[in-house]
Amino acid sequence: MKRSVLQIESLRVSFRIQDEYYAAVDDVSLTVHENEVLAIVGESGCGKSALALSIIGLHPPERTKLEGAVVFKGKNLLTQSVQALNQIRGKDIGMIFQDPLTALNPLMTVGKQIEESMDYHTTLSTAEKRNRTLELLEHVGIPNPSQTYDRYPHELSGGMRQRIVIAIAITCNPALLIADEPTTALDVTIQAQIIRLLKNLQQQLNTGILLITHDLGVVAEMADRVAVMYAGEIVELADVHTLFTRPLHPYTRSLLQSIPSLQTPKETLHVIQGIVPPLTKLPRTGCRFRSRISWIHESKHEPHPILREVEPNHWVRCTCYQHFYFPDGGEKA
Amino acid sequence: MVKFILRRIMMMIPQLFVLSVLIFLLAKAMPGDALTGQLANNPKMDAQTLAEMREKLGLNDPLYVQYTRWIKNLLHGDLGLSYVHQQPVTDLLAGRMWNTILLSLCILVLTYAIAVPLGVISGRWQDSWADKLIVGYSYVSFATPLFIFALIMLFLFGFKLGWFPTGGSVDIQLEEGTFDYYISKLNHLLLPSLSGALISTVGIIQYLRSEIIDTKVKDFVRTARAKGVPEAKIYSRHILRNSFLPIAAFLGYEITGLIGGSVFLESIFSYPGIGQLFLQSIMQRDYSVVTALVMISGLATLIGTLLSDIILSVVDPRIRID
Repeated sequence: MKRSVLQIESLRVSFRIQDEYYAAVDDVSLTVHENEVLAIVGESGCGKSALALSIIGLHPPERTKLEGAVVFKGKNLLTQSVQALNQIRGKDIGMIFQDPLTALNPLMTVGKQIEESMDYHTTLSTAEKRNRTLELLEHVGIPNPSQTYDRYPHELSGGMRQRIVIAIAITCNPALLIADEPTTALDVTIQAQIIRLLKNLQQQLNTGILLITHDLGVVAEMADRVAVMYAGEIVELADVHTLFTRPLHPYTRSLLQSIPSLQTPKETLHVIQGIVPPLTKLPRTGCRFRSRISWIHESKHEPHPILREVEPNHWVRCTCYQHFYFPDGGEKA
Repeated sequence: MVKFILRRIMMMIPQLFVLSVLIFLLAKAMPGDALTGQLANNPKMDAQTLAEMREKLGLNDPLYVQYTRWIKNLLHGDLGLSYVHQQPVTDLLAGRMWNTILLSLCILVLTYAIAVPLGVISGRWQDSWADKLIVGYSYVSFATPLFIFALIMLFLFGFKLGWFPTGGSVDIQLEEGTFDYYISKLNHLLLPSLSGALISTVGIIQYLRSEIIDTKVKDFVRTARAKGVPEAKIYSRHILRNSFLPIAAFLGYEITGLIGGSVFLESIFSYPGIGQLFLQSIMQRDYSVVTALVMISGLATLIGTLLSDIILSVVDPRIRID
């Protein structure tokens, strides 16, 4: 049994919208193990980024309510002061952001931006910090480390900038990496390079990675286990092989059905009806996915769906999966 | 960098040319000429003599001849003769120019010294009572006309309380070069520059405030937070530097505003500078002085924008031209 790095227990993240708090993440429990990639997938607006940012407290505190617990190294991060969190951020937990074009300070050389976290987490001398930075730049596949050190973000391409963002995240060899859509803003060839880089780094550094993505291709390539999130809840949790071969929840099956494939003779793509309801209109009772599979009779849903272990290490929410079918009949094998 | 500055200075030459033509034409378009002001009202002066004098002064020459003569003299540092004061304009300007530069610098320094901390507080603790107070002050100051505010300041601190001298640029009994002389100069500067500064902070405060509010939610600030950078450093290393960019660009326009402001301030505080001279010269139709002053303020504006560009290129690597 692998040791756990991060335990999320009944986490609820609520945002204030006009004096009312709405939960964007609702009662989520997850564990990230050492040397494991746990992916969280779901459509835009299902709460996966909100979950990622809440772990190290990056939401504006005046509009956010955090309940439950996020346990890291024996401490509940949700109850830590900002000062205490700053000791962990960038040192034990590194974070990779979605958009490398905006994630870097435009007025600071990339070398200095990588070095910055060493300023607060290490006692290295200026020369040592520089050497470590050059080492990191090489590590993330930057061709000319000593030249790139003095470059500004606008002088680098998107892929290079994402490598810098990754270098910042791994500067202090963190035990946990949170990657929030690390490939979304990049074009396809660069995406593949970045995924390969992340995989290599994970194997070398033995870190646990919490990977947030909506791209099932990325999940298939990187993840060990997958949590599928819908409307703030986890609807299915399984290891990656099980999830792709025996998906159970209607939402997971619909997502997989939506992937275009060369083998499918059909000309039209499968589309999940409707959209993730906005935060203020989210149904708080019953199966949250029911409005988007309206052809499944109401009685097939549980009144209060819970996440059940239907087979070893395979968890599914709501009983509707037992009765689910696609209206056009076909489902990819 | 040097190349960029040189190229930027080269760009000023055509600007200056256009400016000089405009000023020359405007001066010519004004009713009357140097002789209409005082001489023509003299009953002893007859029309014949006036016409002769006009011919002698070259006022009947074609415009381009007059322009080239004017610009040639200008380039030689000869700004012409003031008909009212009966002395070369350059002599007239010499002492006053320094007074005005001193006053403008004082206002500039005070404005930034007041506005920058207030803008930062306002933006960082947005919607707090301090922010509301600062925003309130900046709007009130924005709505207050300079000449009324300066008069109130003069009345209150100059006459009622007697804390500051009420006119002049220095105590005339003091000998130039002594320590007391400089202290007295500073003392004379304080009230006018404070009056000017206190009500010209609105632009900087509002700009800085909204820039900080915009910048503090940017992605790179979140990246810095995720690195574990303490809040104070988040501001000093990331948010403030990015928020100061438009303020740097503002500096040039600030200089333009100062020239306009100095006309009021110097007149109200009877401070012998070029602003005061400007107003007098317009009223007395002392055109050679007026054109010289407009030319100088035009030049000052161009230098202001040049400064803005240089400052901006120093602080923002994205617009640095190699």
